[in-house]
Amino acid sequence: MALASDVPKDSFRLSMLIYDTRYRSITIQVFVLLLVGLFLAWLLQNTAANLAARGKEFNFGFLWQRAGYDIGQQLIPYTNDSTHFRALLVGLLNTLAVAVLGCILATVLGVLVGVLRLSNNWLVSRLMTIYVEALRNVPLLLWILLTYVILSEATPQPRDFRITDEMAAAGEAPAASMILFDTVAVTNRGTNVPAPMFTRGLGMLDLGPLSINLTTLAFLIVLGGSIWAYRSLKASADATQEESGVRPTTWWQSLLIMVLPVSLLSAALGLHWEIPELKGFNFAGGILVAHSFTALLVALALYTSAFIAEIVRAGIQAISRGQSEAAFALGLRPGRTMNLVILPQALRVIIPPLISQYLNLTKNTSLGIAVSYLDLRGTLGGITLNQTGRELECMLLMMAIYLTISLIISAVMNFYNASVQLKAR
Amino acid sequence: MKKSAFLGALAATTVIAGAAMAGTLDDVKARGELICGSNTGLTGFGTPDANGNWTGFDVDLCRALAAAIFGDPTKVKFIPTTGETRFTALQSGEVDVLIRNSTWTFSRDTELALDFVAVNYYDGQGFMVKKDLGVSSAKELDGATVCIQTGTTTELNLADFFKQNNISYQPVTVADDSEAQRQFLAGACDAYTTDASGLAASRATMPDGDQYIILPEIISKEPLGPVVRHGDNNWGDVVRWTFNALLIAEEKGVTKANVAEVAASSQDEEVKRLLGVSGDMGAKIGLPNEAFKNAIAAVGNYGEVFASNIGEGTAINLARGLNALWTQGGLQYAAPFR
Amino acid sequence: MTEVFVRMQMLQPEPPPARESGLPKWLRENLFSGWLNSSLTVLGLLAVGWILYASLPWWLHSVWHASSLGECRKIIAETWGEGATGACWAVVRERWYQWIFGFYAPALWWRPILAFGLLFAALGPVLFAGQKKALSVILGAVLAYLVVTLWLASAPTVPVLLALALVAGLLVLAQVAPGKLIWVTLLYPFLCFWLLWGGSIWTPIGGLLGFIILVAVTIGLSRVIGPAVSAGIGLVVAVLWWLYLSGPVMGGLQSVLPLGIASVNSDQFGGFLLAITIGVTAIGCSLPMGILLALGRQSDMLIVKTLCVGFIEFIRGVPLITLLFTASLLLQYFLPPGTNFDIILRVIILVTLFAAAYLAEVIRGGLAALPRGQYEAADALGLDYWQAQRLIILPQALKISIPAIVSTFIGLFKDTTLVAFVGLMDPLKGITQIVRADINWKGIYWEPYIYVGAIFFLICFSMARYSMALERRLKTDHR
Repeated sequence: MALASDVPKDSFRLSMLIYDTRYRSITIQVFVLLLVGLFLAWLLQNTAANLAARGKEFNFGFLWQRAGYDIGQQLIPYTNDSTHFRALLVGLLNTLAVAVLGCILATVLGVLVGVLRLSNNWLVSRLMTIYVEALRNVPLLLWILLTYVILSEATPQPRDFRITDEMAAAGEAPAASMILFDTVAVTNRGTNVPAPMFTRGLGMLDLGPLSINLTTLAFLIVLGGSIWAYRSLKASADATQEESGVRPTTWWQSLLIMVLPVSLLSAALGLHWEIPELKGFNFAGGILVAHSFTALLVALALYTSAFIAEIVRAGIQAISRGQSEAAFALGLRPGRTMNLVILPQALRVIIPPLISQYLNLTKNTSLGIAVSYLDLRGTLGGITLNQTGRELECMLLMMAIYLTISLIISAVMNFYNASVQLKAR
Repeated sequence: MKKSAFLGALAATTVIAGAAMAGTLDDVKARGELICGSNTGLTGFGTPDANGNWTGFDVDLCRALAAAIFGDPTKVKFIPTTGETRFTALQSGEVDVLIRNSTWTFSRDTELALDFVAVNYYDGQGFMVKKDLGVSSAKELDGATVCIQTGTTTELNLADFFKQNNISYQPVTVADDSEAQRQFLAGACDAYTTDASGLAASRATMPDGDQYIILPEIISKEPLGPVVRHGDNNWGDVVRWTFNALLIAEEKGVTKANVAEVAASSQDEEVKRLLGVSGDMGAKIGLPNEAFKNAIAAVGNYGEVFASNIGEGTAINLARGLNALWTQGGLQYAAPFR
Repeated sequence: MTEVFVRMQMLQPEPPPARESGLPKWLRENLFSGWLNSSLTVLGLLAVGWILYASLPWWLHSVWHASSLGECRKIIAETWGEGATGACWAVVRERWYQWIFGFYAPALWWRPILAFGLLFAALGPVLFAGQKKALSVILGAVLAYLVVTLWLASAPTVPVLLALALVAGLLVLAQVAPGKLIWVTLLYPFLCFWLLWGGSIWTPIGGLLGFIILVAVTIGLSRVIGPAVSAGIGLVVAVLWWLYLSGPVMGGLQSVLPLGIASVNSDQFGGFLLAITIGVTAIGCSLPMGILLALGRQSDMLIVKTLCVGFIEFIRGVPLITLLFTASLLLQYFLPPGTNFDIILRVIILVTLFAAAYLAEVIRGGLAALPRGQYEAADALGLDYWQAQRLIILPQALKISIPAIVSTFIGLFKDTTLVAFVGLMDPLKGITQIVRADINWKGIYWEPYIYVGAIFFLICFSMARYSMALERRLKTDHR
């Protein structure tokens, strides 16, 4: 009966920390932790010494001082009397605006190009190949610069919109005119679009450094409510279909749910549109969308769409032909085959690389520096840093914010990814 | 390339850099060359030509400094710095001196721990507009779109000016002078604002420069000058007095061409001290005694530097204005060489 | 008797109907197979036509010989009439070299050219380990490239002959012992460093000696105290050598036996020379780091894993531009007071960290793609962790990852243009800005960007194609 009990019991020796696999991993980890700790301590000590040598201290108090500079595009009210912190928020919102719109635009374009690249049409698939290869093999910086030049060189000056008395007398039309029923003016300075105005607006809710526009908030709440109602309507329709096999007609109910509350709210608040018009040097009224924003957005969307197109193409090609043939054999029409059979499967392949493209696009918004777009890097990491000389604080804060944005995006998208992946049963 | 070579290089550089805190002048001498922070490219003030040779008004001051220290104006290396990286480059010791049209302000002098040791160009912020815009004063620019370079004092001045006059404007921020010029020429902004010298330089190089006017308002004081790190007073003295030497040379009529002859024959005591013929002025700040003579021989006096880079007759075509000598109604006034 | 009708002669085959053959068939099937396809075709044709209409005159009215933009415009106006638009390629003709070499002195151009050619000689043994034919082809191509380009750059005779003799020697070696060529790859970094920066030959030899010490100590001690600990000791000894001994010893050798070539300052680097130097160095240096990070991320050790994940996610979560600004603004805060080194070196360090995080993810993908059986088989053979990684896992995982590594390199190479924002002379923005600040070329815009963009496209596109071909080849290997 010489079983496990016969194994000689080693008493613990110090050398076992290295030679015994049971303990070795602990030794290595403690050693690594020690090294990293020492390294960090070394960095901190150096930083402290350097700060002391330059007579600086590490604090974020400068964020509450007057900024003193102006920002062209601001989604929340800001003047040069506002604080640096407010400037940071304006920049952050500008970053997020480009990132969100860019992701949407890039996805739409990318899916379109990806599908067209698989088309049977010889010309179109070749053109799409050129599109993809040209966009993704040249640095993004070049596309941003070129889009910016095209926008500011190929569009008319505001003065071209003017009708002088002589021109009116001679019956000549001005050199340029507004588009979309005289509501949008594209000049070489930017795009003037109508601004929503409210005669009975709800005003602002002031919370110290943060002030919230109650009107926007009301719209967001109503819109959220509509979406929730729409989803529950859809869920109940699904349940009915499961039970009886017949899907109730819901399109008019959905339409009503989506449109009615928002229009009621608009009417209640007295919504009207302020149309831009030529006054003095520029168009006044409405909202001015600067070309730096448009150029950055368009270039980012085009560049990323080339990558997304490849992802979509690979995703569709990954689904075996048998799947669509089987769907046709079941009598499904092409549209429903795509919706019910191909896309749900292709999405599983598409979404993980798509997440990293969204992350890349968000990080690439920092290239707004090339067209002096005042995003987070332009305000906090640019002018604020430069005017206050607080590079350590500004850079660390900026990196922390970018990191947070990235982590939030990947968390949200990974959650979505988990919900579309094949569930193991 | 792999890690190895760079670790080797890293090791070599750290060893060399070990004693960087000793004193800038000693470091420069030990290194055998001066490192000068310059512009990334501003016509007339500092820009490399097709062969990588730097030329310009600010660049010549760097060369004068190199000539004063080493007797050789070529022993200088130019590191291009952007509006955003320039002061950090100086603070960290990456450059020895920053000569890159930087404005002397209170906060830069105190908070950023820098020292502005001289003013080599008195400037002020102005506006340029197209002639047919029909504007004759900056106060008529209500609602205008203004092009402005980011990372400079001009942003703050502009905001202050429009606020004081209770008028509004739309800023278009641009990264550098050539981009600002492109936007302005394309009509993407009604006015372009920067230092008046920069405006003149820009206008001089435009294809149809006479179509544009510079408005009379100068909305700020922009004393531009060389900057050194705070706390190294001896090095600050070297830079300041090299610049002063160029000024005194102009005052006394010493030029690049006649400096050797004047040194041999001059009876003026101040000139003799300046050129190292009598006294030991150079030695007192750790330079060779003929340091300033070398500087003048290398680039000429202040007036010559001005005339050859940005003065009337060059492409930039700037008048001396405020930068004339005090004897001619300007502000350039050097402390006596005694 | 009934007559039997039997065809004795075969009919000639009819030609297919006109619409089922030749061009009409092709057109119908590929361009006009339905209303959707037809309208897409028309749209596509319209788009192509519009682009040609808008830009063709500009391309056709090209001026190659002029000394300034003003002269260019005058020539265009004189030749094609007032108001005609045209391209002024004269700027590219006059300044082309600046986008390639930056401010590198023309007399020394042969050095980067040689380094670039030898890069392929060094890459060959990695990509085609032991394949005699492929190696001969690539070395032959390098030889031809060097003959042509060095002649064009009018390089001095002695180094040209030495270089050609070196490549010819490698060609012979490839026939005799192709496996030995890997030593060329290991020595190349030092040679390349010396060629680009110049100076005393003893500096790179000092760096090399450090590695020899590292390897010697590791192998010598590993019998006694195990590979991991001896590698640690070796590293410490090597670092001590680099920091304190290498400088004086090699300085002494230099004074005894001065061997060297003209040294070139980092501020002379610019254009594609700078972009390629940063890109290739960063990828080369980040490969070992990326492997370690990927292994760390897969490790069972919680602390090691957490640290690796933290590092990778941090680097991947912030934009490259913030890391570049860290290199230019913050690095000196983190180093001992008074330490200061070249901005190019600082940028390379940060870009290396950046690339390492991305490569770690790529290699992790390769590790994950390996069948579990490979790990188990290695365990069954009784290999320890490092033996298993070195002999079984990594060779396969790295091979699968090569296409993705090439893609990472393409991305990184394009991203090197961002160094312009910290004041370096990248080809796209830095050099173009310098040229546009020149009084003769003020106001030029399209031509430099098209020129630089075309070069970027050529390089990136060919690398992408190569990586796709490689991927296809590797795929069949594993079926």
